[in-house]
Amino acid sequence: MLFINIAGVVLIGLIVWWFWLYKPKEAELGEDDLVILVENGTYHPSRIKLPSGKPVEIKFMRKDQSPCSEALLIPDLQISDTLPLNKLKTIQLPALSTGEYAFHCQMQMYRGQITVE
Amino acid sequence: MNKSIADTAKDHCDDEVVTPESSASATSSMHQELIIEGAGCASCVGKIEAALKQVSGVNQAEMNFAQRTVSITGDANVADLIKAVEKAGYNAKSHSAETEEDALDEKEKADQAYYKRLMKETWIALALGVPLMAYALITGEMNVNTTGEQVVWGIVGILTLGVLIVSGKHFYVGAWKSFLNHSANMDTLIALGTGTAWLYSMVVVFFPSSVPQEARHVYFEATAIIIGLIDLGLALELKARGRTSEAIKRLIGLQPKTARVVRDDKEMDIAIDQVLLNDVVRVRPGEKIPVDGEVIEGHTAIDESMLTGEPMPVEKAVGDTLAAGTINKTGSILFKATRVGKDTALAQIINMVKRAQNSKPPIGRLADVISAYFVPVVMIIAVSSALIWLNFGPDPVVAYAIVSATTVLIIACPCALGLATPMSVMVGVGKAAEAGVLIRNGAALQTASKISAMILDKTGTITLGAPKVTDVLIAGEYDEQTVLQLAATLESGSEHPLAMAIVESAQERGIETGKVSNFNAIAGHGVQAEVDGKTLLFGNEKLMRERGIDLGAFVQKAQALAADAKTPMYFAIGNTFAAIIAVADPIKEDSIAAIKRLQHSGIRVVMLTGDNRDTAKAVANKAGITEFFAEVLPEEKSKKVQELQMQGEVVGMTGDGINDAPALAIANVGFAIGTGTDVAIESADITLMRGSLHGLADAIAVSKATLRNIKQNLFGAFIYNVAGVPFAAGVLYPFFGLLLNPVIAGAAMAFSSLTVVTNANRLRLFKAQEH
Repeated sequence: MLFINIAGVVLIGLIVWWFWLYKPKEAELGEDDLVILVENGTYHPSRIKLPSGKPVEIKFMRKDQSPCSEALLIPDLQISDTLPLNKLKTIQLPALSTGEYAFHCQMQMYRGQITVE
Repeated sequence: MNKSIADTAKDHCDDEVVTPESSASATSSMHQELIIEGAGCASCVGKIEAALKQVSGVNQAEMNFAQRTVSITGDANVADLIKAVEKAGYNAKSHSAETEEDALDEKEKADQAYYKRLMKETWIALALGVPLMAYALITGEMNVNTTGEQVVWGIVGILTLGVLIVSGKHFYVGAWKSFLNHSANMDTLIALGTGTAWLYSMVVVFFPSSVPQEARHVYFEATAIIIGLIDLGLALELKARGRTSEAIKRLIGLQPKTARVVRDDKEMDIAIDQVLLNDVVRVRPGEKIPVDGEVIEGHTAIDESMLTGEPMPVEKAVGDTLAAGTINKTGSILFKATRVGKDTALAQIINMVKRAQNSKPPIGRLADVISAYFVPVVMIIAVSSALIWLNFGPDPVVAYAIVSATTVLIIACPCALGLATPMSVMVGVGKAAEAGVLIRNGAALQTASKISAMILDKTGTITLGAPKVTDVLIAGEYDEQTVLQLAATLESGSEHPLAMAIVESAQERGIETGKVSNFNAIAGHGVQAEVDGKTLLFGNEKLMRERGIDLGAFVQKAQALAADAKTPMYFAIGNTFAAIIAVADPIKEDSIAAIKRLQHSGIRVVMLTGDNRDTAKAVANKAGITEFFAEVLPEEKSKKVQELQMQGEVVGMTGDGINDAPALAIANVGFAIGTGTDVAIESADITLMRGSLHGLADAIAVSKATLRNIKQNLFGAFIYNVAGVPFAAGVLYPFFGLLLNPVIAGAAMAFSSLTVVTNANRLRLFKAQEH
């Protein structure tokens, strides 16, 4: 029983670490246009790094049929738009100051983050 | 801070959708078409064709001059073709540009296909789950004790795996991808819940001795039914969601597909995207106006109700503006296209409504914060619940632990919480648009529902904004004709509505205006200028007193006029008082009823005007308003808004959107009131497309109804999760012996989000009070 209890507590610890504490690597906006794929309930890549002080474009390609994935919101930038299915959608971002900007669907089940450095 | 509608339109253009298909086909397709702009003569044809033929890959380029299109065959990139045309001095755009309606059709097709898929998956899962459940209920036998039972349940287990793969693959793939992405969503909960139940059942089947005898129960029926029910819930939700966007579909449907243009003296029907700026368009009775324009021949009545909510048709004659999507009722007209494509008022309205429908009011923020942590927290609760059952539960502890953990994972519904706000906003904003009320965003919607004081600008808001000269009281040597001639000459340089009334009155009497020099507007007081060498002064009592002009007994006469809701103005010629000219601006027919509606809903209505106190008082009395600010200089309007805010009021400010821009911006909610479709949507949170103040009462009523709906949804979703999760974990078991069945949890979860969407759809039935 002790073993099971320890395993349970470790599992809870792993949940906290994996979902909240771990910071995955960010994809950078390189020379090739970065396309964020909206598929299987996720944005991929979900964390992107952008340069500060200049307007940039990010592109989304939605392959997920779920209606949740249709809306894209970047609340801090007051951007709300719809992503058409199987089509590339370009979102223009203004020149941003350094910081973190979350983007997500209406229900926040699809979540991503833009880090501006 | 706020963008104009033109900016919004521009943003949309910048966000041009480029399809991979179109870019791929751009280099491989054999035939493509471009629309050419700026080709005014037949000789342009050769030039454009030659320029296109120079592009590598082009075999043939043929221009249809009448239709201003050019068809190209060969392997050439669209961008190169457009560049070549531009180099030749013209503008070109791809004919294949997707219209809003095409996009909508495509979305509906995709949704329909997705719905069919979900329903198929539902039936497959239920086809296995329902008979299994019936067997369990009838026989009560779902245990594995003999080798025979091992074989039978083993086969059922493999069949269930098939169901999980066919009907639930999207949950498992989604959960796995999210996991790799360090995120968790509804898929994670469903996959973990059903996966745990199936895995445990398989352990019971293949290694029965590893679990105590009383815990050798299988849960294949629960697994299959849960997957089936959740698929069913998603399918029904998809249908219900379709209804939430009816308003935007209706707006998009207003756009006609073709237009009849007159080119080279010939009338021809062309596709709407081929209509160019300054094209002459013919519209017959009963037809829709295809693009925005200005009437150049004929007169008619236009039904603008679909855009403005104004039920009465509007008379249009030469020089009047027309909006795309409205319906020509009576006469045949010719008009010049002034705005086409994405620049039309209709296109801009569609854009604004779409954006507003996706934006969130602050009330949804708490739900957003909870949503962000929800799934991992539920996972932790499930593990903790299992541990508690294992440590303190009755026998068979393993079975209880598995059931409680599975049920917790299944019942928790982040979707209901996440959908609560956006679904209501979607329906509410659409409903408002149907009534001719354009709400900029969710925040404006929420604040509008809390407005406690409403400031109404007098001119053009409460009144028609078209003042007329009612009285001319002569004081000195000059007769009425001369006074009006000089006053009209003086005011011909001013754009003030009162000045325009005097100029119009003079024109009506056939009086011609002369030349004016040294014109000087004295803000809040009046104007001064020189005409025929005489210094003319026109304005209020303050101005005359400052200049030391004696008004005699005319002050009382002016007061009498003001008490009759007229605006008296003093006119002096060469520093001698000459006349009082009184102007009245009639109150709009329905202003009084609309103001009553606002007051009945508990709003403190305050009138604001630059007029003198007496006139303001008379107008306010007529309109049923007890509080007013008079003699307010234009720059003081925002101060008055702040004054009310200091008193703790949530202030709405209604004005024409141009002169009142700073006050509208500083108010908690700024309402720009329009006159038909030609409305200026500058710096307003909410735009009323029609001139009636009923639009204002409608806007507040719809925002209150939407907020009430959001609160119901949020409350329902919170209570559902707050009560459901502990119940599933088994908190009632020690007291009442109650533990939730995972199948019931699956049904509850599937229908919780459907309930939220259905409740939001109730808003579609909202009707503004009869007026």
